[in-house]
Amino acid sequence: MKINVVRNILEANARIAAENRELFAEKKVLVMNLMSSPGAGKTSLLEKTIDSLKGRMAIGVIEGDIQSSQDAERIAAKDIPVVQINTGGACHLDGNMIRDTFHHFDFDALDLLVVENVGNLVCPAEFDLGEDVKVAILSVAEGDDKPAKYPLIFHESQALLINKIDLLPYVDCSVEKIRAESLKINTQIAILEVSCRTGLGISEWCAWLTDRIAAKGLGIK
Amino acid sequence: MHEMAITQSLVDIIAEEMRAHRAGKLLNVRVQIGQMTAVVPDALRFCFDILTQHTPMAGAELIVEWVPVQARCESCERTFEVKDHAFVCPVCGRSAAATSAGRELSIVEIEVE
Repeated sequence: MKINVVRNILEANARIAAENRELFAEKKVLVMNLMSSPGAGKTSLLEKTIDSLKGRMAIGVIEGDIQSSQDAERIAAKDIPVVQINTGGACHLDGNMIRDTFHHFDFDALDLLVVENVGNLVCPAEFDLGEDVKVAILSVAEGDDKPAKYPLIFHESQALLINKIDLLPYVDCSVEKIRAESLKINTQIAILEVSCRTGLGISEWCAWLTDRIAAKGLGIK
Repeated sequence: MHEMAITQSLVDIIAEEMRAHRAGKLLNVRVQIGQMTAVVPDALRFCFDILTQHTPMAGAELIVEWVPVQARCESCERTFEVKDHAFVCPVCGRSAAATSAGRELSIVEIEVE
Protein backbone atom coordinates (compact mmCIF):
# COMPACT_ATOMS: atom_id res chain seq x y z
CA MET A 1 0.00 0.00 0.00
CA LYS A 2 1.36 3.40 -1.02
CA ILE A 3 0.64 6.34 1.27
CA ASN A 4 0.99 9.89 0.12
CA VAL A 5 2.82 11.80 2.84
CA VAL A 6 3.85 15.30 1.86
CA ARG A 7 5.57 16.70 4.94
CA ASN A 8 8.66 18.77 5.63
CA ILE A 9 11.21 16.44 7.24
CA LEU A 10 12.31 19.24 9.57
CA GLU A 11 8.71 20.18 10.44
CA ALA A 12 9.25 19.62 14.18
CA ASN A 13 12.17 22.06 14.20
CA ALA A 14 10.30 24.48 11.92
CA ARG A 15 7.35 24.53 14.36
CA ILE A 16 9.54 25.30 17.38
CA ALA A 17 11.50 27.92 15.41
CA ALA A 18 8.20 29.60 14.45
CA GLU A 19 7.17 29.68 18.13
CA ASN A 20 10.55 31.17 19.07
CA ARG A 21 10.16 33.80 16.34
CA GLU A 22 6.70 34.68 17.63
CA LEU A 23 8.04 35.16 21.16
CA PHE A 24 10.95 37.34 19.95
CA ALA A 25 8.51 39.51 17.98
CA GLU A 26 6.16 39.85 20.95
CA LYS A 27 9.06 40.75 23.27
CA LYS A 28 10.56 43.11 20.67
CA VAL A 29 13.99 41.47 20.67
CA LEU A 30 16.19 41.25 17.58
CA VAL A 31 17.80 37.82 17.32
CA MET A 32 20.95 37.17 15.31
CA ASN A 33 22.30 33.73 14.42
CA LEU A 34 26.07 34.06 14.02
CA MET A 35 27.72 31.30 11.98
CA SER A 36 31.24 30.48 10.75
CA SER A 37 33.97 27.85 10.71
CA PRO A 38 35.80 27.26 13.99
CA GLY A 39 38.32 30.04 14.54
CA ALA A 40 36.91 32.59 12.09
CA GLY A 41 36.30 35.04 14.93
CA LYS A 42 32.69 34.70 16.15
CA THR A 43 33.48 35.25 19.83
CA SER A 44 36.01 38.00 19.07
CA LEU A 45 33.40 39.78 16.93
CA LEU A 46 30.91 39.44 19.77
CA GLU A 47 33.36 40.95 22.26
CA LYS A 48 33.96 43.92 19.93
CA THR A 49 30.24 44.30 19.23
CA ILE A 50 29.40 44.26 22.94
CA ASP A 51 32.13 46.84 23.71
CA SER A 52 30.70 49.07 21.02
CA LEU A 53 26.95 48.70 21.69
CA LYS A 54 26.69 47.88 25.39
CA GLY A 55 26.05 51.46 26.50
CA ARG A 56 23.31 51.87 23.92
CA MET A 57 21.30 48.63 24.19
CA ALA A 58 20.77 45.55 26.33
CA ILE A 59 22.46 42.48 24.83
CA GLY A 60 22.16 38.79 25.69
CA VAL A 61 24.20 35.90 24.28
CA ILE A 62 23.67 32.17 23.73
CA GLU A 63 26.95 30.32 23.16
CA GLY A 64 26.80 27.05 21.23
CA ASP A 65 29.74 24.66 21.41
CA ILE A 66 30.21 20.93 21.27
CA GLN A 67 31.84 21.21 24.66
CA SER A 68 33.56 23.64 27.08
CA SER A 69 32.38 26.98 28.43
CA GLN A 70 35.39 29.05 27.37
CA ASP A 71 33.36 31.27 25.03
CA ALA A 72 30.65 31.90 27.65
CA GLU A 73 33.34 32.92 30.15
CA ARG A 74 34.75 35.45 27.67
CA ILE A 75 31.28 36.96 27.22
CA ALA A 76 30.41 36.84 30.95
CA ALA A 77 33.55 38.94 31.57
CA LYS A 78 31.69 41.72 29.72
CA ASP A 79 28.93 41.58 32.34
CA ILE A 80 26.36 40.40 29.80
CA PRO A 81 23.74 37.68 30.40
CA VAL A 82 25.08 34.56 28.68
CA VAL A 83 24.05 30.91 28.49
CA GLN A 84 26.32 28.14 27.26
CA ILE A 85 24.77 25.28 25.30
CA ASN A 86 26.96 22.20 25.00
CA THR A 87 25.58 20.09 22.18
CA GLY A 88 27.67 17.08 23.27
CA GLY A 89 28.66 16.23 19.72
CA ALA A 90 25.91 17.73 17.59
CA CYS A 91 27.35 19.97 14.89
CA HIS A 92 24.64 22.66 15.00
CA LEU A 93 22.06 24.31 17.24
CA ASP A 94 18.34 23.74 16.68
CA GLY A 95 15.15 25.50 17.71
CA ASN A 96 14.59 23.33 20.74
CA MET A 97 18.04 24.01 22.23
CA ILE A 98 17.36 27.75 21.92
CA ARG A 99 13.93 27.42 23.56
CA ASP A 100 15.50 25.55 26.48
CA THR A 101 17.58 28.63 27.38
CA PHE A 102 14.65 31.07 27.58
CA HIS A 103 14.25 30.94 31.37
CA HIS A 104 17.75 32.44 31.71
CA PHE A 105 16.76 35.70 30.00
CA ASP A 106 14.52 38.64 30.86
CA PHE A 107 13.31 39.33 27.32
CA ASP A 108 11.34 42.38 28.44
CA ALA A 109 14.66 44.07 29.21
CA LEU A 110 16.59 42.78 26.17
CA ASP A 111 17.11 44.53 22.80
CA LEU A 112 19.47 42.12 21.07
CA LEU A 113 20.01 38.38 21.52
CA VAL A 114 23.01 36.91 19.73
CA VAL A 115 23.22 33.17 19.16
CA GLU A 116 26.77 32.05 18.47
CA ASN A 117 26.32 28.80 16.61
CA VAL A 118 28.66 25.80 16.72
CA GLY A 119 31.76 26.45 14.57
CA ASN A 120 30.85 24.77 11.30
CA LEU A 121 30.36 26.11 7.77
CA VAL A 122 27.82 23.46 6.72
CA CYS A 123 25.21 22.24 9.19
CA PRO A 124 24.08 25.37 11.10
CA ALA A 125 22.75 26.90 7.85
CA GLU A 126 20.13 24.15 7.58
CA PHE A 127 18.40 24.68 10.94
CA ASP A 128 16.04 27.57 11.61
CA LEU A 129 16.30 28.83 15.21
CA GLY A 130 13.61 31.49 14.89
CA GLU A 131 16.20 34.23 14.38
CA ASP A 132 15.62 37.50 12.52
CA VAL A 133 18.99 37.59 10.81
CA LYS A 134 21.65 35.09 9.92
CA VAL A 135 25.19 36.45 9.71
CA ALA A 136 28.22 34.53 8.42
CA ILE A 137 31.86 35.27 9.15
CA LEU A 138 34.66 34.19 6.83
CA SER A 139 38.25 35.01 7.76
CA VAL A 140 40.78 35.69 5.03
CA ALA A 141 43.04 32.96 6.45
CA GLU A 142 40.44 30.35 5.43
CA GLY A 143 40.80 31.16 1.72
CA ASP A 144 38.66 32.74 -0.97
CA ASP A 145 37.24 29.44 -2.27
CA LYS A 146 34.79 29.00 0.62
CA PRO A 147 31.65 30.63 -0.91
CA ALA A 148 31.89 28.30 -3.91
CA LYS A 149 32.55 25.26 -1.72
CA TYR A 150 29.94 25.95 0.98
CA PRO A 151 27.23 27.94 -0.85
CA LEU A 152 24.30 27.32 1.50
CA ILE A 153 25.57 29.41 4.41
CA PHE A 154 26.28 32.33 2.04
CA HIS A 155 22.86 31.88 0.41
CA GLU A 156 21.03 31.96 3.73
CA SER A 157 22.86 34.86 5.40
CA GLN A 158 21.82 38.51 5.27
CA ALA A 159 25.36 39.68 5.94
CA LEU A 160 28.88 38.34 5.43
CA LEU A 161 31.73 39.68 7.52
CA ILE A 162 35.19 39.18 6.03
CA ASN A 163 37.30 39.05 9.19
CA LYS A 164 41.05 39.21 9.92
CA ILE A 165 41.37 41.71 7.08
CA ASP A 166 44.63 42.88 8.72
CA LEU A 167 46.17 39.52 7.72
CA LEU A 168 45.65 40.15 3.98
CA PRO A 169 49.34 40.96 3.25
CA TYR A 170 50.31 37.55 4.64
CA VAL A 171 47.76 35.23 3.01
CA ASP A 172 46.86 34.37 -0.57
CA CYS A 173 43.26 35.44 -0.44
CA SER A 174 41.33 37.68 -2.82
CA VAL A 175 38.64 39.72 -1.08
CA GLU A 176 37.30 40.58 -4.54
CA LYS A 177 36.80 36.87 -5.27
CA ILE A 178 34.97 36.36 -1.95
CA ARG A 179 32.73 39.33 -2.78
CA ALA A 180 32.02 38.24 -6.37
CA GLU A 181 31.28 34.61 -5.48
CA SER A 182 29.12 35.52 -2.48
CA LEU A 183 27.07 37.98 -4.53
CA LYS A 184 26.62 35.35 -7.26
CA ILE A 185 25.06 33.03 -4.66
CA ASN A 186 23.12 35.72 -2.80
CA THR A 187 22.51 38.96 -4.64
CA GLN A 188 21.14 40.66 -1.51
CA ILE A 189 23.96 39.86 0.94
CA ALA A 190 25.65 42.78 2.71
CA ILE A 191 29.43 42.35 2.78
CA LEU A 192 31.57 44.10 5.37
CA GLU A 193 35.33 43.90 5.90
CA VAL A 194 36.42 43.84 9.52
CA SER A 195 39.35 43.12 11.78
CA CYS A 196 38.45 42.20 15.33
CA ARG A 197 42.12 42.63 16.24
CA THR A 198 42.54 46.21 14.98
CA GLY A 199 38.89 47.26 15.23
CA LEU A 200 38.72 48.12 11.52
CA GLY A 201 35.14 48.07 10.19
CA ILE A 202 33.55 47.38 13.59
CA SER A 203 31.66 50.69 13.71
CA GLU A 204 30.21 50.02 10.20
CA TRP A 205 29.20 46.53 11.33
CA CYS A 206 27.53 47.86 14.49
CA ALA A 207 25.68 50.44 12.37
CA TRP A 208 24.41 47.64 10.09
CA LEU A 209 23.25 45.65 13.10
CA THR A 210 21.58 48.64 14.75
CA ASP A 211 19.76 49.32 11.46
CA ARG A 212 18.26 45.81 11.62
CA ILE A 213 16.63 46.70 14.93
CA ALA A 214 15.05 49.74 13.28
CA ALA A 215 14.13 47.68 10.20
CA LYS A 216 12.20 45.24 12.42
CA GLY A 217 10.30 48.22 13.78
CA LEU A 218 11.86 47.87 17.22
CA GLY A 219 13.15 50.66 19.40
CA ILE A 220 15.79 50.47 22.10
CA LYS A 221 14.13 49.75 25.46
CA MET B 1 26.88 14.97 10.47
CA HIS B 2 23.58 16.82 10.77
CA GLU B 3 22.19 14.07 8.51
CA MET B 4 21.63 12.08 11.73
CA ALA B 5 19.30 14.82 13.07
CA ILE B 6 17.51 15.05 9.72
CA THR B 7 17.15 11.27 9.48
CA GLN B 8 15.82 11.09 13.06
CA SER B 9 13.09 13.57 12.10
CA LEU B 10 12.34 11.52 8.97
CA VAL B 11 12.07 8.29 10.99
CA ASP B 12 9.78 10.02 13.53
CA ILE B 13 7.40 11.10 10.74
CA ILE B 14 7.38 7.63 9.14
CA ALA B 15 6.63 6.02 12.53
CA GLU B 16 3.74 8.43 13.06
CA GLU B 17 2.29 7.74 9.60
CA MET B 18 2.70 3.96 10.00
CA ARG B 19 0.84 4.07 13.33
CA ALA B 20 -1.94 6.18 11.80
CA HIS B 21 -2.35 3.69 8.93
CA ARG B 22 -1.81 0.59 11.11
CA ALA B 23 1.05 -0.52 8.86
CA GLY B 24 3.24 -3.45 9.92
CA LYS B 25 6.26 -3.03 7.68
CA LEU B 26 7.87 -0.28 5.66
CA LEU B 27 8.90 -1.26 2.13
CA ASN B 28 10.23 2.05 0.91
CA VAL B 29 10.16 5.79 1.50
CA ARG B 30 10.46 8.47 -1.15
CA VAL B 31 12.03 11.80 -0.18
CA GLN B 32 12.77 14.99 -2.10
CA ILE B 33 16.04 16.74 -1.33
CA GLY B 34 16.85 20.08 -2.91
CA GLN B 35 20.34 20.59 -4.26
CA MET B 36 20.60 23.78 -2.20
CA THR B 37 20.62 21.79 1.04
CA ALA B 38 23.65 20.58 2.91
CA VAL B 39 22.66 16.92 2.70
CA VAL B 40 24.92 14.11 1.52
CA PRO B 41 22.72 11.21 0.27
CA ASP B 42 25.15 8.46 1.31
CA ALA B 43 25.23 9.88 4.85
CA LEU B 44 21.42 9.98 4.85
CA ARG B 45 21.23 6.31 3.80
CA PHE B 46 23.86 5.33 6.36
CA CYS B 47 21.92 7.07 9.16
CA PHE B 48 18.62 5.64 7.93
CA ASP B 49 19.98 2.07 8.05
CA ILE B 50 21.29 2.59 11.59
CA LEU B 51 18.21 4.31 13.00
CA THR B 52 15.77 1.75 11.54
CA GLN B 53 17.59 -1.37 12.83
CA HIS B 54 15.27 -3.70 14.76
CA THR B 55 12.20 -1.65 13.79
CA PRO B 56 9.39 -2.29 11.25
CA MET B 57 11.36 0.07 8.96
CA ALA B 58 14.48 -2.12 8.84
CA GLY B 59 15.61 -2.98 5.33
CA ALA B 60 13.31 -0.43 3.67
CA GLU B 61 14.60 1.35 0.60
CA LEU B 62 15.28 5.08 0.89
CA ILE B 63 14.54 6.61 -2.51
CA VAL B 64 16.04 10.09 -2.92
CA GLU B 65 14.76 12.45 -5.62
CA TRP B 66 17.08 15.40 -6.18
CA VAL B 67 15.42 18.72 -6.88
CA PRO B 68 17.49 21.13 -8.98
CA VAL B 69 17.81 24.71 -7.78
CA GLN B 70 15.47 27.15 -9.50
CA ALA B 71 15.14 30.89 -9.07
CA ARG B 72 12.74 33.52 -10.33
CA CYS B 73 14.18 36.62 -11.96
CA GLU B 74 12.89 39.72 -10.22
CA SER B 75 13.18 41.78 -13.41
CA CYS B 76 11.65 39.63 -16.16
CA GLU B 77 9.90 37.15 -13.81
CA ARG B 78 11.21 34.13 -15.69
CA THR B 79 12.00 31.00 -13.72
CA PHE B 80 15.35 29.41 -14.54
CA GLU B 81 17.58 26.62 -13.33
CA VAL B 82 20.49 27.81 -11.22
CA LYS B 83 23.79 26.29 -12.29
CA ASP B 84 27.02 26.53 -10.26
CA HIS B 85 25.07 28.47 -7.61
CA ALA B 86 24.88 31.54 -9.88
CA PHE B 87 21.59 33.33 -9.24
CA VAL B 88 21.86 35.36 -12.44
CA CYS B 89 19.04 35.33 -15.01
CA PRO B 90 20.25 33.75 -18.28
CA VAL B 91 17.67 35.74 -20.28
CA CYS B 92 18.05 39.33 -19.11
CA GLY B 93 21.36 38.94 -17.24
CA ARG B 94 19.98 40.53 -14.09
CA SER B 95 20.51 39.08 -10.66
CA ALA B 96 17.63 37.15 -9.19
CA ALA B 97 17.08 36.78 -5.49
CA ALA B 98 14.07 34.53 -5.11
CA THR B 99 14.82 30.83 -4.87
CA SER B 100 11.76 28.92 -6.08
CA ALA B 101 13.06 25.34 -5.75
CA GLY B 102 16.07 23.47 -4.45
CA ARG B 103 15.63 23.96 -0.69
CA GLU B 104 13.29 20.95 -0.32
CA LEU B 105 13.75 18.50 2.51
CA SER B 106 10.48 16.61 2.22
CA ILE B 107 9.01 13.19 2.61
CA VAL B 108 6.71 12.45 -0.33
CA GLU B 109 5.45 8.90 -0.08
CA ILE B 110 5.83 5.68 1.87
CA GLU B 111 4.99 2.16 0.75
CA VAL B 112 3.95 -0.18 3.53
CA GLU B 113 2.28 -3.52 4.13
